[in-house]
Parts: sequence; structure tokens; C-alpha cells
Amino acid sequence: MKALAFRQLTKTYKNGVRALKGIDLDVEEGDFFALLGPNGAGKTTAIGIVTSLVNKSGGKVEVFGHDIDTQLALAKSCIGLVPQEINFNQFETVTTILVNQAGFYGLPRRVAHDRLEKYLTALQLWDKRNSISRSLSGGMKRRLMIARALMHEPRLLILDEPTAGVDIEVRRSMWTFMRDINVAGTTIILTTHYLEEAESLCRHVAIIDKGQIIENDRMSRVLRKLQTEVFVFNLRNPIAALPDLPGYRTTLPDDHTIEIEMSKDQNLNDIFSRLSASGIEVLSMRNKTNRLEELFMRLVNKEEKAIGDGR
Amino acid sequence: MLLKTNIVGFNTIVIREFNRILRIWGQTIVPPAITATLYFIIFGSLIGRRIGDMGGYSYIQYIAPGLIMMSVVTNSYGNVVSSFFGAKFGKHIEELLVAPLPNWLIVIGYMMGGIARGLLVGLVVTIITLIFTRLHIHNIAIVISAVVLSSIVFSLAGMINAVFAKNFDQISFIPTFVLTPLTYLGGVFYTITLLPEWAQHISHANPILYMVNAFRFGFLGVSDVDLGFAYLIMIGSALVLFTACVWLMYRGVGTRE
Repeated sequence: MKALAFRQLTKTYKNGVRALKGIDLDVEEGDFFALLGPNGAGKTTAIGIVTSLVNKSGGKVEVFGHDIDTQLALAKSCIGLVPQEINFNQFETVTTILVNQAGFYGLPRRVAHDRLEKYLTALQLWDKRNSISRSLSGGMKRRLMIARALMHEPRLLILDEPTAGVDIEVRRSMWTFMRDINVAGTTIILTTHYLEEAESLCRHVAIIDKGQIIENDRMSRVLRKLQTEVFVFNLRNPIAALPDLPGYRTTLPDDHTIEIEMSKDQNLNDIFSRLSASGIEVLSMRNKTNRLEELFMRLVNKEEKAIGDGR
Repeated sequence: MLLKTNIVGFNTIVIREFNRILRIWGQTIVPPAITATLYFIIFGSLIGRRIGDMGGYSYIQYIAPGLIMMSVVTNSYGNVVSSFFGAKFGKHIEELLVAPLPNWLIVIGYMMGGIARGLLVGLVVTIITLIFTRLHIHNIAIVISAVVLSSIVFSLAGMINAVFAKNFDQISFIPTFVLTPLTYLGGVFYTITLLPEWAQHISHANPILYMVNAFRFGFLGVSDVDLGFAYLIMIGSALVLFTACVWLMYRGVGTRE
């Protein structure tokens, strides 16, 4: 079953900006789906339409088969939203926010108290349950928004940049938590600017740019489309000039680092052999950028170039 | 399923609004109590004695229903305008907008918050009134229906103000420049029969005149306006404003993009 389906979804704002230009998208039940795109691409608009924070201009949206034009309440009851911006009442306690949220979805207070204990414990916020929410740290506020979105145990969880501004330790614990709830059966749609996060967590990815879907496939297939990768080699000893590596594009950012761009038909063994032959000892190696990030940049830049070329 | 969601959701909104009123009691309950006390001391006890009778009652007895009603309408309005605009400003209105609750239910939820504060403050002012004078009750049904209807009307008016407001100035503009003059000129402190004929005609365009006089009739049995017409104004205003609020929420004016 499709957890979410867009058909020819359009949105034109009052100022004339066409945020969505007729997008089609399907997210299968149980999927962990990345919706990526540069700032202003239309991701938040699309999410806003699904959650009825934004009125669509045209097209159709279904959530677990419920059309938002005719079965809005049923569609909404399937969705949990973690928005980009903090949007809880900062004068209320953590418990009050969660109990109220449960109430807005028809859950009695007794059930709400059981659930809040479960989710606050899982998100390491249980000892903050009586704190006024504005006193929480940035990471805690983000986790509180996740707990709030889960109070009615939605079938579809939409996470709009849930880890923005969160330190790496908390971010990784949030990843584990998100993986767990996905394994438990919740469909997750994630938008993020941390592409490492999307690559690590998501099984499908759609890239949206200037209101259009420019890529939509399984994550593994999308990553295979990456024709070249840049590797960074950290050297034990300084070198004055680049070694002779015919067939490779190489740069020397500093005397201890070589960057080498490799295409799919080349291999690392060959590079290591040549570097050893040149008397260069490699201490460590890494990708210059995350693979999805590399592909993302190329796709978005290609679109920009196409527009610049008048195509 | 949806009915149960609506009932629990409605209760949640009302409880949240009521808790908000109690949480900030220093802003919601105390100021109108102090204001009412000052009115009774100055206009009732000090100046009132020199004015003499009005409508067959002592001046303090005559103005008491008007002062109670003035507290009710300003606090009903103030509660919804500040609560709803605060929710817009803090973005937590989105909690309700994404929830599976119909727009009419959200409007009634906020309206109930306005009624709760209006009646709570009205009760406090009534208790203060009893310290200064005796309250005669002519018809309790009219007292209750007039105060509840007025509270509904001004709660809904406050919501419309909050829907359109884009900053804090805009939620204080209407109370300062529209609501306060209408209240003071709505027969709270005088019978409009004291006014010249042209001023009486203008006063009849003021909806608060009908509310104050219906409420006063419930207490004293005297009114400057026809009671039936007063109810028509109150019920008609409530229906029009409720429809407007639901329509604005449905269209997403001020709340959705």
C-alpha cells in the first residue's frame, strides 16, 4: 500500500512563486524515504500540503488511500509531523505539550500518560517531563518534537530536518531511534541537509529542485549513478609535487594531502600501487564528500546549468 | 472514531485554554478586579452619591450590571485575541492545524476559552459589586443568557482580530480604538435617554448598548432598548461571527499559506 501519493501536485504562492510544478511521488508503506533538495526547492511546501499547513493549488494527495480533499481527518490521523521550526508552546511543560497533543488526536489522558513515559524514556527526556519547554536545550527541543509527533503512533512520520543544529552524539542516538521505529512499521519521510544522514537511513530517495522531482529511485541505485568519486589521501611525509598518476585527476591541497578523482572503471589498488612506487606512504584515506552529497550537487548543478543554457 | 476524536480534542482545547487563564491569573483575573473596584469607589461611591437615582435605582446599582458586562466582553475578547494570536506567533497553532479536528471545533474550543474567562471575571466583578451594593435580580434567565451570548459574540470577534493580526500592535488596536469607546458609549454609565435625540440614534448602532441593556434588564427590569431586538442582535451577531471564523479557518486566512 502507498503511504503517500502525489499526483500532479502544484503550488503557486500569492506572490507568484511556483513552489511545486506538478510533482508525482509515491512512498510505499514501511519505507524510509529521503526527500532532498536545496533550500527553496519545494520540500517544505510539499510537506506543508500533506499536513494541511499549506493549501495546494492543484493536483491530488493521498495518505494511506485517504484523499486529503475528501477524507482530510482520516488522512491527518495517519500523520505525525516533526516540523523544521520549533512550534510547541514554550510556556508549557513537556508533559502538558505531549498530553495536549494526544488529546488533539482523540487519545484520553490516561493513555497519553502511558505513551509519554514510553517516548520520553526512549528519547532520553523522561527526567525533563516537568520542565518548562523553553528551558530545554536545542537538542532536547528537537527530541521533544519527535516525541510529540509519535504520541498518536502515526503510520506515517514526516521529519522535516529533525536533526538541524543537533550535536553529533544526539544526532546519532536520534538515527538509532528513527531506525527502530521504522523497523517497528512506521513509514518515515525524512528531509535533511545532512546527506550522510539520508544515505545512512533511507532506502528510497527523491531529489526535488525548483519545484520538480529530478531524481526518484532506490538509494542504492541512485548512488550507483555516481560516475566519479574524489578520495582524499593523507600522507605520512610531505611531498613537494604531485606524483605521476596518468589517467587520474589529481590535486595537492597541501604538502600532506593528495585528492584523486576516480571513475567507476578505475580502482584503488592501482592508485595504491602507483603511490607506493613513487615512495609515498598513505596514512589514511576518505571520501572527499559523502557519495549522496556528491550526486546531489551534480544533479542540482546540472539542473541549474540546463536552466542557464535555456533548456 | 472521529466523533470520539472530536470530543477528546474539544475537551483538550478547552482544558488548555482554561489552564492558560489560571496560569496567568495575574494578567487575566486581577486587573479587571482592580479596575472594577476603582470604578465602584469612584463612580459608585464618590461621584454616584451626587448623581442620584437613574432608571429608578441608585446610580451604583444602575451601573453595576454595565460594569460586570464591560468586564465580560473585554475579557472574552482579550482572551481569544491574545491566546489565538500567541499560538500563531509561537507557531503552536500548527499543533491544531495538523490534527484531525474540524475547523468549527477549533473555533468553538477557542470561543469556550473566551467564555470561560469572561464568565470567571464576570463572577469576580459580581462579588466585588456585592461589597459595594445590593444586586437586585429581576430575571435570572435573562441575566445568564445575555452574559453568555455577549461573551460568545466578543470571543468570536477576538478570534477574527487574531486571525488578521500580523503583530502585537494589531491585537491591541481594536480593543483600544474600537472596543473601549463602544463599551463606554454603550450605556454602561448612563441611560441613553439622557442624550440628545441624534446621539440616541447613533447609540442604537452600537451593539454593546443592546448587550448592556439586556443584561441590566435581567437585574433591574429596566432597559433603553427593546429586549427582543437585543436578543436578535446578540444571536445574529454570534451566528454571523461564528460563520466568519469557520470560513476564515477553512480558507486558512492568517493561519495557512
